[in-house]
Amino acid sequence: MTSPSALLAVEKLSVDFGGLHALRDVYLDLYSQEVVGVIGPNGAGKSTLFNALCGIVTPNEGTLTLNGVGHSWPRTHELAKLGVARTLQGVGLFPDLTVVENVMLGAQKFSNSGFISAIFGRSKDESKLHGRAMLALERVYATGLAHRRADSLSYPDTKRVSIARALVSEPKILMLDEPAGGLGAEDIAWMNGLIHNLKLQCSVLLVEHHMDVVMSVCDRLYVLNFGEVISSGTAEKVRRDPAVIAAYLGADVQ
Amino acid sequence: MYTFINTVLIGITSGAIYSLMAIALVLVWRSTRVVNFAQAGQALLSTYVGYACIQQFNSFWLALIVSMLAGALIGAFIDAVLMRTLFRRVSHGPIAGVAPIIATLGLLGLIRAGLGLFVGNQDVIIRPPVSNVGYTVAGHTLAFSPLKLVIVSTSIILMIALSILFAKTNLGLSLRAAAFSPEIARLAGVRVDRIRTLGWAIAGAAGAAAGMLQTPNGNGSFSPDSLDFSLLLVFGFIAAVIGGLESLIGAVLGALLLGLVLAFVLTYISGSLVFITAFVLLILVLLIRPQGIIGAKRGRRA
Repeated sequence: MTSPSALLAVEKLSVDFGGLHALRDVYLDLYSQEVVGVIGPNGAGKSTLFNALCGIVTPNEGTLTLNGVGHSWPRTHELAKLGVARTLQGVGLFPDLTVVENVMLGAQKFSNSGFISAIFGRSKDESKLHGRAMLALERVYATGLAHRRADSLSYPDTKRVSIARALVSEPKILMLDEPAGGLGAEDIAWMNGLIHNLKLQCSVLLVEHHMDVVMSVCDRLYVLNFGEVISSGTAEKVRRDPAVIAAYLGADVQ
Repeated sequence: MYTFINTVLIGITSGAIYSLMAIALVLVWRSTRVVNFAQAGQALLSTYVGYACIQQFNSFWLALIVSMLAGALIGAFIDAVLMRTLFRRVSHGPIAGVAPIIATLGLLGLIRAGLGLFVGNQDVIIRPPVSNVGYTVAGHTLAFSPLKLVIVSTSIILMIALSILFAKTNLGLSLRAAAFSPEIARLAGVRVDRIRTLGWAIAGAAGAAAGMLQTPNGNGSFSPDSLDFSLLLVFGFIAAVIGGLESLIGAVLGALLLGLVLAFVLTYISGSLVFITAFVLLILVLLIRPQGIIGAKRGRRA
């Protein structure tokens, strides 16, 4: 299943929570400039999969390959250096920081000032990070928000800013946790367009409940149910898979 | 009238010292959710380093800097070695939240007893670097001397330096992010463990400054079991709580308020009521406004 050219490959991933199998033998590949969706009913293990990839949950078993090289499960703070960035379902902006400060935080891997230089006198670091943050905001058309406090933003704007914070680290793999969740039709269309464009710069792995978003932006899908992959492949293939239809009780997918 | 002015000046001076201690406690609380009782011991140890430096080089200013550096190292060491191990070992169960706090209490005792063992329990003296004779205005001697000016201005300089660090630098940004939500900060690539250690280091330096400024402001003498350092911890803690425990500005305001209230009680009522007043104030704030006078609107999420 794993091809050497896969940007990211997960095999036999299992996560137990005190005897409960949250994930069992899960596999997943992500190739360059591909948008891959992870779908499944509530509690299927989508978030656990994301958390395992991000070092928030420790897998009991499983191998991870990045760029064809075997890699131990990363610790959270290492992700940015490995070229992985993630947005959070709950957005996770720091409310009392400005938008541009929030985005600057995502650019830590480009910061090279030591503790000492940061304490004694301002280095060039801040202006460099600031510049990167402004570019990232431009990519989500949010430069106008730069100096607003994060807690003064509308919900759709916080989504855009959190994507900018992920993009600022120039990831090869962008993980989006329910990018369309809670958005209205207009903003969903906008988000669709953005994800299409992102494909030119990086690969995208996303968890999403809105089936129309999933079907329109994803090149391939993995369907999880009760912690196992029950189907994978193109949207068309997955849509017709009887196992998927059964899992969703024929509701949304048809 | 002069009594009133003098009382305000005394209150501001002690408030400045309390504020450094309160800042130290807030920094540790925000970065690791630990109420650091050892802060008094750390300040004591750092002040001894400062004292040794004065003996050697006869310069208070050099000693202040050296003791702050020592305070930073001690703080970083405690977090990196003791706290990190403790968080790993006792990460679950009912004891997880309190174990580190009890450990700091143990550490306070350990530092005091250890110092007593190695340097002895006799008093040593740090002399004021400048005159402690009050300025004279229109024939009246004020309760404000060059020494008190030095104390207040040193505190203000340190607070300005800290606020620049927090507001303007990338490091400050990481400190604030790590304090608010370690998980999200980690996802953004912040090395939260290191940043926490740095928080302990800055706190250690602030506590050291409080110890070094407090000693000559009193009678100059101190020993491993000085009551002064216990009071510094207690008043610093009360000030931090008044300020909401989360906010550095709150800590400074809480310290000034506490300093002023205690000075007025001391001057206008009775010295024997100072202690009671401090604790009544603490309990009143907790009862009436538990989030502090300018308490944070939101706690951290994770």
